[in-house]
Parts: sequence; structure tokens; C-alpha cells
Amino acid sequence: MAGRKSNTATAKKPKAIKKSSAKSAAKDGAVKKRAVNAVDQVVAAAKTVKRKSKKPVDVYRELERLAAYIDAAKREIAELRPQDVKDEYLPTATDELDAIVEATADATNTIMDCCEVIEGVMGDVTATVSAKLMDATTQIYEACTFQDITGQRIGKVVTALKNIEERVDALVLTLGDKNTKPQKKNAKPKLAATKDKQDITDADLLEGPQLGDKAKSQAEIDDLLASFD
Amino acid sequence: MAVDMNMNVLIVDDYKTMLRIIRNLLRQLGFENVDEATDGTQALEKLKEGEGNFGLVISDWNMEPMTGIELLRHVRADDKLKHIPFIMVTAESKSENVIAAKEAGVSNYIVKPFNADTLKSKMVSVLGDF
Repeated sequence: MAGRKSNTATAKKPKAIKKSSAKSAAKDGAVKKRAVNAVDQVVAAAKTVKRKSKKPVDVYRELERLAAYIDAAKREIAELRPQDVKDEYLPTATDELDAIVEATADATNTIMDCCEVIEGVMGDVTATVSAKLMDATTQIYEACTFQDITGQRIGKVVTALKNIEERVDALVLTLGDKNTKPQKKNAKPKLAATKDKQDITDADLLEGPQLGDKAKSQAEIDDLLASFD
Repeated sequence: MAVDMNMNVLIVDDYKTMLRIIRNLLRQLGFENVDEATDGTQALEKLKEGEGNFGLVISDWNMEPMTGIELLRHVRADDKLKHIPFIMVTAESKSENVIAAKEAGVSNYIVKPFNADTLKSKMVSVLGDF
């Protein structure tokens, strides 16, 4: 499935990323705050224009200020270095997530290798011991299904990150980097609660594992299936 | 009628580890003749090559290029294959999914993560006791 493919070759060191992320996050917070303040001031200025200006010259002056504020806001947003977010942080995050999927798959396979060895010697022990080993290996196999679920959940996070990447692309473009074009949209549309049944497409039905209370239990699935009979 | 424990079972999942888990659980249940496919297209090819020699399909939903629901529709539309019991094993647990699968002709539906008892009980409900 999409987003499940693994790629450990490009995985980065997590610690280094965390350190630089924390530093830049604090800086980004301050810059964002200044940008929000600037926008607030623009809005306040615009209100003043409506209320007070009677002469065209006042309007032009306020428009000039408005342009200056917008310029300042653009500069502040540029300081957030969205290109870095797009080129470095997001790809690193997706690589790390891919590495997690790869590592859990490797571990799961090792666990199953061991189980198969245990199953191989079941014939050499008493029936009671063999039954106990069988129960234990069955439970291990059941527990190993976590890897599939984990992989799918991480796939959803990767899709979300790609969505963010698209928006950052658009932001970079807005800021004037003509060479940066938004990538093709590949996020799956969410199933709208108000959608009519006939509007539901196969793509709407691909959401992967549900979280916590949203997930249906096997008993609920069974009830739903039985309602058709 | 007694279940043929030598029947060919086709398991379909794009996660190799999940294929291995299901294969091992089936072996523990007594089914040794298990074939694998990693998406609907490959599964359909195997089913057509086997010309109905498969006694059961156990398939994931979310796969590319052909999903489990598409595979199910193809199976149900094929005169030589439409009789084959089809169990969907998926993390997709929304009502819409279960309804869509039922309408497409699914025999039973297992939500991941699942345990061996659930797998066996669904197989029994589809195939009969074994």
C-alpha cells in the first residue's frame, strides 16, 4: 500500500534532529508571534481607514502602510525558512518513520523465525509440552499482528506529512520562489459524514486502522454482518 | 460435510509479515496447502490459473494496485470462481466498509488485529466445522 514502503538507507540520527528542532521551534515561535502582531496591527489600521479617512491621500498613506506590513510579514515568514522544512525536516521525518516500519518488520520476522524453530521440535517432546508450546507460539503469532497495524498507522502519519509538505510548497511559492512548484496532491480524501451512500467511492473506504473508541470491535462487525441475514 | 483439510487456501496481503503470520496460524489449524499473493491482481491471476481449485480466499483490503474489495468483485463476477468463500481480514473497521464488503459478496469479515480463535470461528462459519 502507499506509504508502507521502507527506506532505511536515508535514515538520519534521531538525537541530532531533536536538538536542532527544539532550538528552531523556540525561534519559530517568537517569529510567528511577531507575524501575528503585525497582522493585528494591519487589521487595526484598516479599521481606522474606514472610520477616519475622508481625504484620498489618507487612504493612500494607509495603503502604503498596509503594503509595508505585508512585506514585513512576508519577511518574517521567510525567516521561518519553509524551504528548510520542506527540504530537510519533512523528508527526515518520513525517513525515520520508514525506518521504524523496517525495524519492526525485521523484529517480527526474527520472532517468527524463533517460533518456527520451536514448532519444529514439538514432535520431540511429550504431548502435554507440545500443546503448551503450540499455545505459546499461537499467542506470539497473534501478537505479531501489531506490526501490520503499526505500519498502517505510520503510513497515515506519512500521508499527513506529505500533506503538510504540499502546503509548505505553496507557502514557498507565495513568498516568491518561482522555481518551487507545489507537488501533485496525493492525499486521500476523508469520508465526509454527510456523504450520500452512492457518493462513497472505494478511495473513501481506505482509511486504515481506526483510533481507540472509533475502532469497531469484532463483535460489532459481527452484529453488522448479521443484520444482513 | 467434512471440511477438506487439504484444500488450497489463498492468502492475500501486501505485508509479507502478515502473510507469514496467517500462513503459520493456518498451519496450526491444520491447513498446510497455502498459497500467497501480495495484491488483488496477483491473487486474481493465481485464482484463474487454479480454475477454482482454491477452497478459500483470505484477503486484506488495503492493497495496490488492486484492493481486496476489487478482488472480491472480480471473484464474484467470474462463473468459475464465484463459489469460493472469501474472508476479508482488514484494519478497515468502519460500518461503510463492512456494508460495502457484504454487498460485494464477502463471506465473512475479520478486523485486525485478530486472534487465532477469531480466524478459526470465521473459517468454521464459512466452511463448516473442522
